[in-house]
Amino acid sequence: MSDLDELYQAVIVEHDRAPRHHGPLAGATHDATADNPLCGDVVTLHLRIEDGAIRDVSFEGRGCSLSRAAASILSTMLAGRDLAYARALAAAFEAFIHAPPDTPAAPAPDTTALGELTAFAGVRRFRSRRACATLAFRALAAATAPATASAR
Amino acid sequence: MLDASALRRDFPALDAQVHGRRLAYLDNASTTLKPRAVIDAVVRVFTHEAGNVHRGVHALSEAATVAFDRARADIAAFVNASPDEIVLVRGTTEAINLVAHSWGRTNIGPGDTVIATALEHHSNLVPWQALCAERGAQLATAPVDDTGRIDLEALAALLRAPSPNSSHAPSSSPHPSPAFSSAGPGRVKLVAVSHLSNVLGTLAPIAEICRLAHAAGALVLVDGAQAVAHLPVDVAALGCDFYAFSGHKLYAPTGAGVLWGRRALLEAMPPWQTGGEMVASVTAAAARYREPPYRFEAGTPDIVGVIGLGAALAYLRSLDRAAIWAHEARLHARLRAELAATPGVRVLGAPEAAVVAFAVEGAHPHDVATIVDREGVAIRAGHHCAEPLHHRLGVAASARASLALYNDDADLDALAAGLAHVRRVLR
Repeated sequence: MSDLDELYQAVIVEHDRAPRHHGPLAGATHDATADNPLCGDVVTLHLRIEDGAIRDVSFEGRGCSLSRAAASILSTMLAGRDLAYARALAAAFEAFIHAPPDTPAAPAPDTTALGELTAFAGVRRFRSRRACATLAFRALAAATAPATASAR
Repeated sequence: MLDASALRRDFPALDAQVHGRRLAYLDNASTTLKPRAVIDAVVRVFTHEAGNVHRGVHALSEAATVAFDRARADIAAFVNASPDEIVLVRGTTEAINLVAHSWGRTNIGPGDTVIATALEHHSNLVPWQALCAERGAQLATAPVDDTGRIDLEALAALLRAPSPNSSHAPSSSPHPSPAFSSAGPGRVKLVAVSHLSNVLGTLAPIAEICRLAHAAGALVLVDGAQAVAHLPVDVAALGCDFYAFSGHKLYAPTGAGVLWGRRALLEAMPPWQTGGEMVASVTAAAARYREPPYRFEAGTPDIVGVIGLGAALAYLRSLDRAAIWAHEARLHARLRAELAATPGVRVLGAPEAAVVAFAVEGAHPHDVATIVDREGVAIRAGHHCAEPLHHRLGVAASARASLALYNDDADLDALAAGLAHVRRVLR
């Protein structure tokens, strides 16, 4: 598989074409925006959190196929999960993306939890594109940070 | 006709293979590659002229000083100015910040207005935002039409309209130039405009803008970062008051740039950075400053960058520049026409020189740039440090191909093939 085919895996192209949970979120309790000053891409993540659990999620913004697909896949993984899961997922994905490309990411428990997100392994060969893949996860980390959780 | 393949041999970076492909370097608006003559000059400085400038009596310092001063004279001749009007700085950004900090803080007060056009690079916008915020002045935007042309009627109207919160307090600073002396408080004091847009490739009618601005008592600062490599620049003929450019977009090393300013303006401006080199005499209590341009050059300059810029200008003098401009114009016309004719590709604005920005339907510019990079084609993706212009054009980002003298038809062939590949990868 070429670097490009590895980067633009079918699941990524498909989520870019038809993103899940895209748009505003009625009843959102938390939201956070992350942007990439390099290209002007921006992702806003909306969360409805009740009793410490994420009940619903959506995202908005503009960006490249990688940032959109990552946000879309992320949005499918959060419903019913608690904040600790969300924070751990954001940290695990950051570590996964920034792992050296020529060695497999450490098989830590949170790596197995990445699910469809492992499709982004190819991004590790494209240093300048890592920030695209992690954009929504930076928003997630901000929205769920213990000290600064931005409740409406 | 120009022998582009001979020119290409002057640029060692073009020998590189990128992802196993021939390099098609089309990101020249970001920075240009360097000719062997510049690389040799850099090596020569570090090998034979490695002293500091303007302070040593020993041989190495004298050799460096001679080469440095010759470079300043060559830079002056390149834009038809006098060497004592050439301030050597880090680049265009620093040149503009120098004007904002020195001239701006002296001459811009509450109620005054600075006008920047809607297509400015952040380097010719953010310094004015910061200055106006600090001084209680206003920043106005001269609009552009959909093709990227500056609306001169709107600019003239902005120049005529005094700012709403103008005061009638006497101006606190003596006026350095006749052009400026008619400007009272609460008026437009400066128009900031780029000569050649780094996104749309459109040329601003600088002479006409200067005529309008001067009639209203405002000065004109021209960002020449993109223009200097692609068209003759004669600051006297343009009629502007400040002209800023960088060496590294002109085949020279990064780290050296130029502010040209009218002598009378420079003489009336206070230093913006202080320290060694810029002083005439110093006591424990106070310092007397040197004449321009040295007043604005505190500390050891980027000696090798400046001498490298001199070498780049010598290289350009050795070429037939008219033939180069004709070569670039032909390639630019082909680039623009082929992109416009490519299904799913939209050219932004109406580019006139060196640069073409475009959008690909269904593909984000970042994805486009990543995919063509794997074919050895270097283009830029993003907002190219001109975010407000992209808002104006209704796009978040664009892809941009930009030319230099060493580009050829094979580079454009590679871009076309790369764009075809974009569709295959993104299915």
